[in-house]
Amino acid sequence: MSTSFAAAVLTNSVLSGTSLLYATLGELVGERAGIVNLGLEGIMLIGASAGFAAAAVTDDPYLGVLAAGIAGTAANLLFGYVVIVRRANQLAAGLTLMFFGLGASALIGRPFVGAIVPGLPGLGMSVLGIESLGEFDLLVWLAAPVAVLLWCLIFRTSWGLGLRATGEDPTVAFASGRSPEVLRFQALALGGFLGAIGGAHLSLALALTWDEGMTAGRGFIAIALVIFARWNPLWAVPAALVFGGAEALQLQLQARGTAVSPFLMTMIPYLLTLLILVFWGWNRRSAAPASLGRSFYGVE
Amino acid sequence: MRHDMVLALARPEFRAMKLPVPRAAMTALASLAIFAVLLLIAGKDPLRAYHDTLIYVFGNTYGFSELLVRMTPVLLTAVAVALPARIGLINVGGEGQLYMGGWLATAGALSFPGWPAWLLLPLMTLLGFAGGAIWALLPGVLRAARLVNETISTLLLNYVAPLIVSYFIFGPWRSTESASYPESPAFVDAARLPSFGGTRVHLGLLFGLVSLALYSFVIRRTRWGLEMRAIGGNAEASARLGIPVSRYILATMAVAGGIAGIAGMAEVSAIQGRLVSGLSPGYGFTGFLVAWLAGNSALGIVVMAFLFAVVSSVGDILQITQDVPYSVVNLLMAVILFIVLSQNR
Repeated sequence: MSTSFAAAVLTNSVLSGTSLLYATLGELVGERAGIVNLGLEGIMLIGASAGFAAAAVTDDPYLGVLAAGIAGTAANLLFGYVVIVRRANQLAAGLTLMFFGLGASALIGRPFVGAIVPGLPGLGMSVLGIESLGEFDLLVWLAAPVAVLLWCLIFRTSWGLGLRATGEDPTVAFASGRSPEVLRFQALALGGFLGAIGGAHLSLALALTWDEGMTAGRGFIAIALVIFARWNPLWAVPAALVFGGAEALQLQLQARGTAVSPFLMTMIPYLLTLLILVFWGWNRRSAAPASLGRSFYGVE
Repeated sequence: MRHDMVLALARPEFRAMKLPVPRAAMTALASLAIFAVLLLIAGKDPLRAYHDTLIYVFGNTYGFSELLVRMTPVLLTAVAVALPARIGLINVGGEGQLYMGGWLATAGALSFPGWPAWLLLPLMTLLGFAGGAIWALLPGVLRAARLVNETISTLLLNYVAPLIVSYFIFGPWRSTESASYPESPAFVDAARLPSFGGTRVHLGLLFGLVSLALYSFVIRRTRWGLEMRAIGGNAEASARLGIPVSRYILATMAVAGGIAGIAGMAEVSAIQGRLVSGLSPGYGFTGFLVAWLAGNSALGIVVMAFLFAVVSSVGDILQITQDVPYSVVNLLMAVILFIVLSQNR
């Protein structure tokens, strides 16, 4: 266990955790408004493919991230129309959104399979002062500040108060002169933007390729992380780091030729998620927004 | 007296989604039109794809028989969703349960290659059931113990099961014949489910229809079904009336997972003839949507599964003739579902 091993694991925890953190924050803001979005996986896929395609076409990774965010917002607004305006069942609509993302991303990404894109460039100092580890890109540096900003937005602004009220009891938000529908749409727009950026970080910074289904269930892990983070953006940071760490550890062990099969190692993040939910999930259930998953039918 | 109270709690038997025929036709047309526009944007030829699909599917018996092949696993995974739904459980783990069923059935086929078919096939079916049942029982236990919500646990386990399959076909079960493509050794003939009349339609279709009939019978005509519907209506009140809710959760999840596992067994035994990594192009997820659209009614599941088989042939055709990845068909499914979901008020 040399220091370089530890350093590599740490660096990769941050890299893998970044994508998860954006996705977790994206889900969290929606759930704060009372909307469970099981389609986060689809949003991440759309972000990964749209970001990759836009970066390949424009030769600019930042435009790729922007395109991903816009595509994710659009897809989440479509989901919003179905669950907010048409008041469809959120779980069924969420899974439908996952299918939508699966299909749409396959269509978007197909012409760019094997394309070479400029990855997000490293910024600032080399990580931990070790040259060989490279530098973190802009999205990594911004991840934790975004979490803090989101916390301020949710807990320290009037908009956030309305958002939380909508998640707990939409009639209260309505009575205080806010529109639960508008707030939910705003939350989903923001959530779609963040979730898609999480996907784009995978294709534009980590993998530097587009591969069908490349998010491999990270969207669902992120949904579990929201529970783990107790619906608090600040807690989402360590939560994402722990899971980024699990992924980084297994990748580093694989890279160093451990005797354990890579397939068994790849299971670790999913099983760890389940394990943590067992110890954490149900006890903290009270932290969930009270109206999570319910449609708002207006007041008499 | 108690019986009356259970009856009062029980949810109505089937709440099939009310979608009159003209409206259903409009939905289908609108979905196809929207999907066509998306394909046009991607520079493909949707009309040719639809035309090719019609010719392929309804032009000859083989093409039509492939629809039955495609709907077979979906029938089973849809029952695996519908059954737990009766007591208010959301099983989104059909995909993983299917893989585990295929995995354990393969263990049987590889362990007893000398057995005659009349013994080996029932054993494999049992093992397939057991594999899926174990995989669904885990979320069931976590749910019954009030630890983890079954929606998220079944979803997560979907990603673990294919890794177990991959571990075995890249490792202990790797066939020596095919060096390049990882798969288990081919099954002996006795381990292959029989097919009918030169097509790939196999006995699994019968498994699916029988499961649906049994499901319908149990829910409508038995005390179990009544008590399950009572739990679905109000779990807490049912528990007060002495219905063993936890036991129902465990049993229902196990049986549901087992049925999805049989779908996996049928796929390895009848279609593949060996264990492969890409056992299912999402049959488990499709089953969820089919059951949901059918309002968990047995007849509705048959109709919806057939429609989805037609939809997935569009994906096959697109892949073969226009170099569009098969998974793009998910886009068409999603468009249909979004439209249906939007109407259901």
